[in-house]
Amino acid sequence: MKYDVAVIGAGVMGCSTALHLARAGMKVVLLDRGPICREASGVNAGTLTMQMTRAALIPYALRAYDMWLRMAEWCDGGHVLATACPGLSVAFTEQEAAMLEERARIRAAAGAPIKIVSTARAREIEPGLSPQALLAGHCPMDGFASAYLTGRAFRPALLNAGVDLREDCAVQGVDAGFTLDTAAGRMDARRLVLAGGVWLGEMAGWLGVPLPIKTLINQLVVTERMEPVMRTVLGVASGLLSLKQYANGTVLIGGGWQGIGDNTRGGIAVKPESFLGNVRLAAHAVPALREARVVRAWLGLEAETADALPAIGPIPGVADAWIIGSVHSGYTSGPYMGRILAQAILGEAPELPLFPIDRLLAKEKAA
Amino acid sequence: MTAIWDIAVLGAGPAGMAAATEAAQRGAKVVLLEESPAPGGQVYRAPPPGFVMPADADRRAGDGLRAALAASGAAQRLGVRIWGVGGGPLVPAGEAPAPFRLDGLDAEGRPFDLTARALLLCTGTQERIIPFPGWTLPGVMGLAAATILFKAQGMLPGRRVVVAGAGPLLYAVAAKLLKHGAAVAAVVDLASHGEWLRALPALSARPDLLARGAAWRAQLLLKGVPVHAGARITAAEGDAVLEAVRVQKLQGGPERRIEADSLCIGHGLVPAIEASRAFRARHRYEPGLGGWVPALDAEFRSTVPGLLVAGDGAGLRGAAAAPASGRIAALAALRDLGLMSSATHAVASAPHRRDFAQAARAGGAMAAMMALRPALVAAIPPETLVCRCEGVTRAAIDAALDEGALSMNQLKQFSRCGMGPCQGRLCGEAAAELLARRVGGREAAGFATGRLPLRPVPMDALLGEFDYADIPVPAAAPI
Repeated sequence: MKYDVAVIGAGVMGCSTALHLARAGMKVVLLDRGPICREASGVNAGTLTMQMTRAALIPYALRAYDMWLRMAEWCDGGHVLATACPGLSVAFTEQEAAMLEERARIRAAAGAPIKIVSTARAREIEPGLSPQALLAGHCPMDGFASAYLTGRAFRPALLNAGVDLREDCAVQGVDAGFTLDTAAGRMDARRLVLAGGVWLGEMAGWLGVPLPIKTLINQLVVTERMEPVMRTVLGVASGLLSLKQYANGTVLIGGGWQGIGDNTRGGIAVKPESFLGNVRLAAHAVPALREARVVRAWLGLEAETADALPAIGPIPGVADAWIIGSVHSGYTSGPYMGRILAQAILGEAPELPLFPIDRLLAKEKAA
Repeated sequence: MTAIWDIAVLGAGPAGMAAATEAAQRGAKVVLLEESPAPGGQVYRAPPPGFVMPADADRRAGDGLRAALAASGAAQRLGVRIWGVGGGPLVPAGEAPAPFRLDGLDAEGRPFDLTARALLLCTGTQERIIPFPGWTLPGVMGLAAATILFKAQGMLPGRRVVVAGAGPLLYAVAAKLLKHGAAVAAVVDLASHGEWLRALPALSARPDLLARGAAWRAQLLLKGVPVHAGARITAAEGDAVLEAVRVQKLQGGPERRIEADSLCIGHGLVPAIEASRAFRARHRYEPGLGGWVPALDAEFRSTVPGLLVAGDGAGLRGAAAAPASGRIAALAALRDLGLMSSATHAVASAPHRRDFAQAARAGGAMAAMMALRPALVAAIPPETLVCRCEGVTRAAIDAALDEGALSMNQLKQFSRCGMGPCQGRLCGEAAAELLARRVGGREAAGFATGRLPLRPVPMDALLGEFDYADIPVPAAAPI
């Protein structure tokens, strides 16, 4: 049997692409070497914020935000406890204030409803915010999800749509005729979608395409359940803090501080200085966090291209091969990115433009 | 502390005390770290300062180890909470292994860290309690927890106590309760008389243990305490606190209701492998040794160079075997660090290896009595909490399994089981067993990835006083 399409990588990008393709009538196999959404898609901070999203991705993130909040409607009841709340990005120094104002203006121009507000106003919106903030960017469209539920949310819908989901089924390589060498034997497909997160570079290598992908080792920290101490998604101008309190009382502290790890070993260790820096920044922003106890820290691997913009589109020189990934704050935009890639694969015009990787390969050749 | 220690020993039970003593006596720079205010561990726990308690056999054995440790010159850091482990192989790709690093809070709650060329984990075990209806009621506690109450505080868990579960701790606790004036309403032993009889040959090498066990049993007989063998607790009952327990034979039959204000229950001990998991050492599943244990060579080296594991944390073999394993591991570390010749090592290590083999035989027989009993897991009713931190019932775990959770990490994500403050220490055994039934065994089920902190750590203590300008905020992401 030949699949219409093989999607390699069952994170949010691969799941969304596979789901939309299967619902359009394609026979889809979705493969992952581990369980569904167990890498970045299942361990990220679940931030659905515009104020950490790159300006070029704002139109995509706005549409994805809506998809996350209404996930149960399009995902057969599956959901990730997506919660809408206001978002604040704050500045504590004059330099940060200047950065905040500039970035708010650029993101607002890209369509995000962000306005600069005074500290007094910001503290009405977020009583937990430290009075030491100088000003804040306020975005009423913000929110968060429980990323650990992503696999559970997608799985039934994928199966209902007829996707052949192969977890714990590593793909070792693909030949020019799209015969996949997998842990469960050979599989044939007419089309190929590479959705392998930080492993996209290695996957592109199967097809002889040199695509350099950098791996970020993002650190996350979660507290024990505590009394309500905040009610927004809170960040800082530089983007190096994301804070939110979930309904169960735990506070998630992120922001992309770097730990130790790589593509082979995964995220293996927290750096003590990153750990301390991250929690100090958090407690500086929300002083009540001093009363918390830290329960767990972990690491997730985020992919980044040379220009830190996504790799989404056809793979040049290889007919019917596609790629999706390396989206900055990729979880936020993920379900929408899968939808528009599916549109392109189905021969439709995507609602918004893709991010073809020719630009990245050209640079590689020049170098 | 900027100097690098030769060996850091984590945990001052019998294995850790003996290891630190051995290494320090032979000239190594050794630091021994312990959560309790005094060295001793669980079996040889010292009473707190100012408490006068009569010395029993355990106390005297512990005092001997403590005296040798004090005379050895090993540095002791007591009352500390180690929450972070790092270094060793946990370095960026391409870098040489680093010295091991431990991060902790000292007895006053202030942060400290230290580095060592070798790290010896002697972190012992945690108690396994397979959930049953009512197990979270106040008045229900672990068997090992009850011994800590006796030894650390001189307190009894209740006035009328049911002692239940598996292994020798059952009779030790029951005898202790009687001696200190509590009423033991019943002993409910999972093991049948036949199982105890079959364990006897392995114990014959340890007449002291046999005699003590016989004495415990004799006291129960003397006081007329009913012993229900081959039986389990099916429920703990009470409105706000424990009022009674229900007992049933393992093969079924009528339930008996026994009134009690305390239930001390334990279904065996499980090696505490949080630290070796954090180092990504290889582990193997050995039910007879308590469950997942680090893969070790004959001298207790793990698969991570410089990381050794001794005592019950390396696999259950009992307190009597622990000092020998600690000494063997310490001597191996000394040789690996170049602080001892191979010839000296061979001579020094040989007697401890003999001692260990002998003591481990008796300890292993007791460990087998405490091995997980799958029937208890199968009997957990749907509405019973398995993960008490996160309020996850058996039914919720089954639902997550029905929806396709294939590993402990995935089960944790699908259900939140193990995400709370205990980090799976309490629920992990039952949850893993439920998963194992679906995926073909505990090896296939795996275990949740080891994460820091090893214990919940107060933010306030970590943060200290700081200036915002001193936070090393990395460069901003591109806009």
